[in-house]
Amino acid sequence: MSAKRSARVREATLGYALILPALLLVTVFVLYPFFRNFSLFLYHAPPYPGLPSKWAGLSQMWETVSSTSFQQGLEATLLYTVLVVPIGVLLGLVFAVAAHQKLKGMAIYRTIFATTAVSSVAVAAVVFGTFMNPVFGLLPWLGIDPNPSVLQNPTWAMFAMAVIGLWQFVGLSFILFSAGLQSLPEEVLEAAKIDGAGAVRSFFQITVPLLSPTIFYVFTVGTIAAMFTFGQMDLLVGPGGASFVRVNTLAYQIYQYAVTTPNPGVAACISIALFILTATITFLNFRFLERRVNYAT
Amino acid sequence: MQPNNQALLARKHQRRRRLATFGSYAILTLGALVVLFPLYMAVVSSLLTTKQIGQQPPVFFPTNPQWHAYQAAFIGGHLSTYMWNSVIQTTEIVVGSVLTSLAAAYAFASFSFPFKRVLWAIILGTLLVPFEVTIVTNYKTVEQLHLLGSMWALTIPFMCSAVGIFLLRQAFLGIPQEMREAALLDGCGPIRYLLRVAVPLVRPQLAAFTVIAVLGAWNQYLWPLLLTSNDEAHRTLQIGLKALNAGTFEGYGTVLAGAVIASIPMLVLMVVFNKQLVRSLTGGAVK
Repeated sequence: MSAKRSARVREATLGYALILPALLLVTVFVLYPFFRNFSLFLYHAPPYPGLPSKWAGLSQMWETVSSTSFQQGLEATLLYTVLVVPIGVLLGLVFAVAAHQKLKGMAIYRTIFATTAVSSVAVAAVVFGTFMNPVFGLLPWLGIDPNPSVLQNPTWAMFAMAVIGLWQFVGLSFILFSAGLQSLPEEVLEAAKIDGAGAVRSFFQITVPLLSPTIFYVFTVGTIAAMFTFGQMDLLVGPGGASFVRVNTLAYQIYQYAVTTPNPGVAACISIALFILTATITFLNFRFLERRVNYAT
Repeated sequence: MQPNNQALLARKHQRRRRLATFGSYAILTLGALVVLFPLYMAVVSSLLTTKQIGQQPPVFFPTNPQWHAYQAAFIGGHLSTYMWNSVIQTTEIVVGSVLTSLAAAYAFASFSFPFKRVLWAIILGTLLVPFEVTIVTNYKTVEQLHLLGSMWALTIPFMCSAVGIFLLRQAFLGIPQEMREAALLDGCGPIRYLLRVAVPLVRPQLAAFTVIAVLGAWNQYLWPLLLTSNDEAHRTLQIGLKALNAGTFEGYGTVLAGAVIASIPMLVLMVVFNKQLVRSLTGGAVK
């Protein structure tokens, strides 16, 4: 009895020892900084570093979310998400369905589409940014030559950001849909073809319903990623750009309040607001989209 | 049905099928061209002569390839230093997160201890926290740990991965319980079992997680930007690209050369480990 008990204690001890490094890191670098936001947001940053922070209560949160810059950031974040996610999901789905056939050369197409998923935001941004240069870029050749140039143009800058994001997202979307298709029963897709269902009809009436869990998943993953985008905005526009306020997403504002103009209280307010916003959108996705998901496969 | 009719129907099917095949190739080729065009042009433009830059219409094929842009990026743009930093950063993150994930995943899969479910829920819960909302406090933390100005500041927050723990726990759970019992009965200790039996058995999942960990670390932007905007000595390649991206005429080829240099390791990784990459991106759903 006591031997059995001491064996159990030994097992538990070893178990704790094995999870300790992971648990420690997660606590220090994920949980603590996350929950710390909920105390930081209650204090005003001191006017000079070193002075004590002043209690603000909930007023700082209200001031932050009702400020013009936050409203513009919210607009930019949502516009970017709306521009990138639905088109990215659709294109990934179409390419994946087209590539899901026993035809020659499909492996090459798979590789090509996956290249965008492994490209970093910095690479994507500087490549596209260079080609969007009004003087030696490719846009004049394409007959597009707005003034001011695309990246400095308040109307078009966000579309340029979205093109870059879309290019990156299509690869991931394609990979996820390809995997989803592989897990579908081959007979059903085959049967549709033998039945004489046209390509378009079988796509909408058979493939899309069968793939709905994957579509829902890609949509959710893409939305969360899009809501936190700021890389290409920082690389190509930056605080000095003429189109800055139009591309100054909420994630970018968190970065600025963390580094450029340090203000932990405001950074915490935006962090909490963006987190709640993303969580709400994800929840609504679950609530309204998942209902249409057909898990009966 | 008349035999004649059947033949007609079969031919109709065949025609339809051929049309579908043609349609697939058309869609894929068009998509692939659009997707590949930016990277292709980046390579071409990084090889142009000074005279060819900004020509209208653009030069689509390097008739007289020049390498000075690469030299400028590597030496003038300090990409050789940044690349070395990226290698160290990636290695530290990958080794760290693989080790902590392996240990934790093994414990969650095969040990019983009090509060196991709660601890597992906490680990999974961290998947919901985007890194962006933690940067203010994390900066303070690495400052207080006196890690600023070292590579450790860049890597320590990423040395644990909930994704890794999740993937590897699934893999360990796939090993029949009897195998572990038999090994332990034979006098094999639990750690020896992990290293000699379990790890070799989960090699596919371990490879998958390693690939995605390399990719994530190498491509990081936010955290290295935050730490090394003013610390050139520890800058990674991705942040080095930002510094090159000045938008000047002279910089045109250099920044594209930099982008090519930063992409090549990941493209090679993707081609060689395509299967592992797909498996990790899909959460281990694809075998």
